[in-house]
Amino acid sequence: MLVETAPSPIPPVVTVTNLVKQFGRFAALRGVTAEFQPARLYAILGDNGAGKTTLLRSLAGLSLPTRGSLSVLGATNPREVCAQIGYMAHPSLLYDEMSGMENLCYFARLYGIDDPERSRSLIRWAKLDPQLERPIGQYSQGMRQRVSLARALLNDPKLLLLDEPFSNVDAGSAREMVRLLTELRARGRTIFVVTHQASLLEDAADEFVWMAEGQIVNRTPSLLAAEVR
Amino acid sequence: MKRAFPILAIATAVLLGYATYQALWVAPTEQTMGEVQRIFYYHVSSAWTAGLLFFINFVASVVYLVWRSPKADALAMASAEVGVVFCTIVLVTGPIWARPVWGIWWTWDMRLTLTLVLWLIYVSYLLLRRFSASGQTPVMAAVLAIFGTLDIPLVYFSIWFFRTQHPQPVMGGGGSIDHRMLRVFFVNLIAFSCFGLLVCWARYRLEVLHREVEETQALESLLEVRSSR
Amino acid sequence: MTGSAGLTRATLLKDLRLEWRSKDATNAMLFFALLVVVIFSFSFDPTAEESRRIAGGLIWVAFLFASVVALNQTWARELRNQVLDAYRVSPAPANSLFLAKVWGNFLFVSGLEALMTPLFVVFYNLRALGPGYQLLIVAGLGTWALVVNGTFFAAISLRTRSREIMLPLLLFPISIPALLAMVEATSAILTGEYSAKFWIVLLVTYDLVFTMASLFFFELVLHAE
Repeated sequence: MLVETAPSPIPPVVTVTNLVKQFGRFAALRGVTAEFQPARLYAILGDNGAGKTTLLRSLAGLSLPTRGSLSVLGATNPREVCAQIGYMAHPSLLYDEMSGMENLCYFARLYGIDDPERSRSLIRWAKLDPQLERPIGQYSQGMRQRVSLARALLNDPKLLLLDEPFSNVDAGSAREMVRLLTELRARGRTIFVVTHQASLLEDAADEFVWMAEGQIVNRTPSLLAAEVR
Repeated sequence: MKRAFPILAIATAVLLGYATYQALWVAPTEQTMGEVQRIFYYHVSSAWTAGLLFFINFVASVVYLVWRSPKADALAMASAEVGVVFCTIVLVTGPIWARPVWGIWWTWDMRLTLTLVLWLIYVSYLLLRRFSASGQTPVMAAVLAIFGTLDIPLVYFSIWFFRTQHPQPVMGGGGSIDHRMLRVFFVNLIAFSCFGLLVCWARYRLEVLHREVEETQALESLLEVRSSR
Repeated sequence: MTGSAGLTRATLLKDLRLEWRSKDATNAMLFFALLVVVIFSFSFDPTAEESRRIAGGLIWVAFLFASVVALNQTWARELRNQVLDAYRVSPAPANSLFLAKVWGNFLFVSGLEALMTPLFVVFYNLRALGPGYQLLIVAGLGTWALVVNGTFFAAISLRTRSREIMLPLLLFPISIPALLAMVEATSAILTGEYSAKFWIVLLVTYDLVFTMASLFFFELVLHAE
């Protein structure tokens, strides 16, 4: 069941057509079809096992579809445009024994960025201290998630995919992250956020995408328009 | 194609029967080794059959990697399994032959050693297939098969030189072979090869059917929930 | 696009830095290497003459076991916090990561060998009767043979159950020609009875073949789901 969005002359940034992902007999995605517009913040909600993470990983190119197709930033294989995609998951995707700056400077190299200035400015933007030498394993979860977000932004991606970024994060850090995300959206980035804490994005998200049992069951512009089961 | 199977099965049974009769009754008794030499017909034929099957495995693995054909993967699995069985026959008949004739259980005979290494490589291949999570198994196994095949000439040369440094008994004698024995040997070689290919084909068909069942079950579970909406 | 060699270097330095900071794997492995040497010395207590003949085999078996323990740690840090996903999602060439890991393992296992060798020399009263410098060549080539395949199979083992036993199961059979070469070459040099040249050429061939094969297939293995 889809809520029709108003037709737009801008081509969609992500198109998913009958996407099916099966792990053996278990179907994580059961034929998802949807279009997503650029420069929007989409919140993807649903119970555990609904297929939210699988959908996000498929968009990131980490998970090959069993059936169906997708188009991300104009490419059928997200790996072709991976330089324009930023991915963040619940595990930090960072090395616990290195400091925030060291982590960012290293991962920047994966994108061909040798200049530490980019890492430094991103750390400051995430409201962290670039001089901090403590290894991130000793950070609070909130600080660690912000470094993880900074890592996802190193390559200034057009498409940002975040899986449970607010999990175990203190309220202050979470609000700070949401503020950062709205800033990015204002700059024209498309953002997908999978989360269990929909209330955090109440004012920030353009659309709430509800998933259940491997399919999108509803898309609403606000949280108050409660999803139909 | 399916009709050919029973025909081939009967032909193989007849051929094997004839070959066994030839090997055990018709072939002349060897001068020095006596009756136990008759193992030679099974020992060497099994080695060739195993080699043939592993070659099929190599080709199937390459085909899989290039075209991602699931049938190629099924054939790779079948040929590896049956090949290991024939390797085992070689490794068992070897000592049975060696002990009464040369008084030793084992010798680093070229054929025997090569078979042992092949056996080890392909058992590790089968273990990989068993232990790896189902999504990646075909790719990983195919890569391992190629590594194994690349190894074979290196194994051959290393054993060859080892034997020149440390002289070892040669099983099967070094001298020329009586032409009657040669004829019996060829009959057995063809019979065993047919038998090996037949069993491989049967295993392949079984594997393909098994996968079809799984595929159907997966599709069913996919449609089940969809239709209940 | 970043220079691949630059990325390999950066990754290697990062790994060395991380290992230096945590030292958890290093200390355990150094001690394990020492234990292996001592136990072998108890088990095989030959005369000086005999020991030269069998030392080649003993030393390389000891190196093999020590290196498996090291190789199993290759991707341990990347598994924590799912760091591998960060590599998969980036445009960085997979081979840069692979080579960095291989070099890291090479340096580490060479370090273990450098520790274990003097102990073997002491316990077995070893002295090379043949050209001793060739031992360094054999050690280098042999170690590379073990770590290049070891790093590759460690990556394959990542997605298997019983990952840590899977690595030696896959590595040992395929390493047999290289092991034979290492052992025979070492014995040849120690006893001085024959030339190690053939074995050295075999090791070079082995290293070339499997380095190329690993580089060719690593991307496939990294991205396999």
